[in-house]
Amino acid sequence: MAEEVRAEMVANVWKVVVTAGDTVADGDTLVILESMKMEIPVLAESAGTVQELRVNEGDVVQEGDVIAVIG
Amino acid sequence: MFESLLVANRGEIARRIIRTASGMGLRTIAVHSEADADLPFVRAADDAVLLGPPPPAESYLDAQRVLEAAARCGASAIHPGYGFLAESATFAQAVIDAGLVWVGPSPDAIDAMGDKVKARNRMSAAGVPVAAGTEEPVQDVDAALAAAATIGYPLMVKAAAGGGGIGMGVARDDAELRAAFETATSRAQRFFANPAILLERYIEGARHVEVQVLGLADGHVVALGERDCSVQRRHQKVAEETPSPGVTPALRARMLEGAVRAAEAVGYRNAGTVECLVDPVTQDYVFLEMNTRLQVEHPVTELVTGVDLVQEQLLIAAGDPPAADLDAVEPTGHAVELRVYAEDPRRFLPSPGHIDVWDEPAGEGVRVDSGYAAGNTVTPFYDPLLAKLCTWGPDRDVALDRARAAVAAFRIEGLKTNLPFFAELLADPAFAGGDYDTGLIDRMRR
Repeated sequence: MAEEVRAEMVANVWKVVVTAGDTVADGDTLVILESMKMEIPVLAESAGTVQELRVNEGDVVQEGDVIAVIG
Repeated sequence: MFESLLVANRGEIARRIIRTASGMGLRTIAVHSEADADLPFVRAADDAVLLGPPPPAESYLDAQRVLEAAARCGASAIHPGYGFLAESATFAQAVIDAGLVWVGPSPDAIDAMGDKVKARNRMSAAGVPVAAGTEEPVQDVDAALAAAATIGYPLMVKAAAGGGGIGMGVARDDAELRAAFETATSRAQRFFANPAILLERYIEGARHVEVQVLGLADGHVVALGERDCSVQRRHQKVAEETPSPGVTPALRARMLEGAVRAAEAVGYRNAGTVECLVDPVTQDYVFLEMNTRLQVEHPVTELVTGVDLVQEQLLIAAGDPPAADLDAVEPTGHAVELRVYAEDPRRFLPSPGHIDVWDEPAGEGVRVDSGYAAGNTVTPFYDPLLAKLCTWGPDRDVALDRARAAVAAFRIEGLKTNLPFFAELLADPAFAGGDYDTGLIDRMRR
């Protein structure tokens, strides 16, 4: 089943670490957000393939926005 | 005294500087990004200039745009606040070259203290105690491991050009040092455009205590007591108090004397803070770094001394004598500051958002320096400081009781804040008893 990884807070996308099609393990860093001068890594919560990556570096994400879909 | 002042900063500190400057009869000019147009500091100023888009590099860190704003408004002086351009010797020089008054120390003094390796060596030469550490920037991980073998673990790994706790890490063995070195190097490159690293012996159970100094216009340096800043998360301060419960009168006298010597060694003028680590067991202290600007936590010093540090900064910058007899100042009572952050009170993760309700506490011994009001939006572009809640009392117990009441009365709704954490902190036996060190929050969260 596909897992949607969402942003926990309003933030800027500082770094996108993976690309669509990559295989990831549980706990791998997908993207690094930045909010209020703090870097916040967004991690995969299950192993699988990155089916979709919905953000680019420099984007602003809102709380609850889907960042990636892991399947 | 000059006629007008541009404040090259935002939020609570811009508003606080404008308050004193207006009271002195100066025309005040705020500069702001698109994200901050509705904040109270913009309204508090006589004039306001839009610098640019929200990212700091395109607004508050863009020296050219700040100087253009100053020229357009006919500003005669610039106060940088803290952070952003405050510790840029290049910016200070550019302000002076533009024919404006720079409210801060000379570019040379900023430069001498800006590199932590150089500053350490200079302080050591001036007879100020420093921790065992590297006397040259550490270039690579092999050099770090070699230095560690000489200095011994545990070690603190820091960016030589750094500040704000960014990139700092403790290493207790070679494996931890490798990891901490890599983190520190990448953060140092990213945040400070300088990957140089400094290693220093880490003192377990140390308190972080700093001394407020003022270098007066006539060249004489005074020390206005200490502040204990040991309540930290991610190596960043959360609460401060003065006097420090961990500093004896004998140690205080040595620290104040050392801080004056440190400032004199670089011909320091204006407000500065000498940061130290104190070993509560041996009652020894070591110099950490000097912050060449007004400090976030300056209000606690103001509350016990009655000195308006911003007023003294402006007088010094104008070449005028101080408003108070600073050599005769005797601190009275006890003051605490709680940094109210837009962050969740459990994990301390950022929580930007819209402020629906903002209701500040008031009362005897309560001072609130705030950057926001109801209806404002806290954006993710800047640090999470919303307000500084400060209380004063004739002794520490009264100051803490007033802090407890003020925390309970402060209503902020619409986003998460760390106010619930402060209720916890003020009830914590170690904090309430004054017996704590920089590991306090980690122990509370274990």
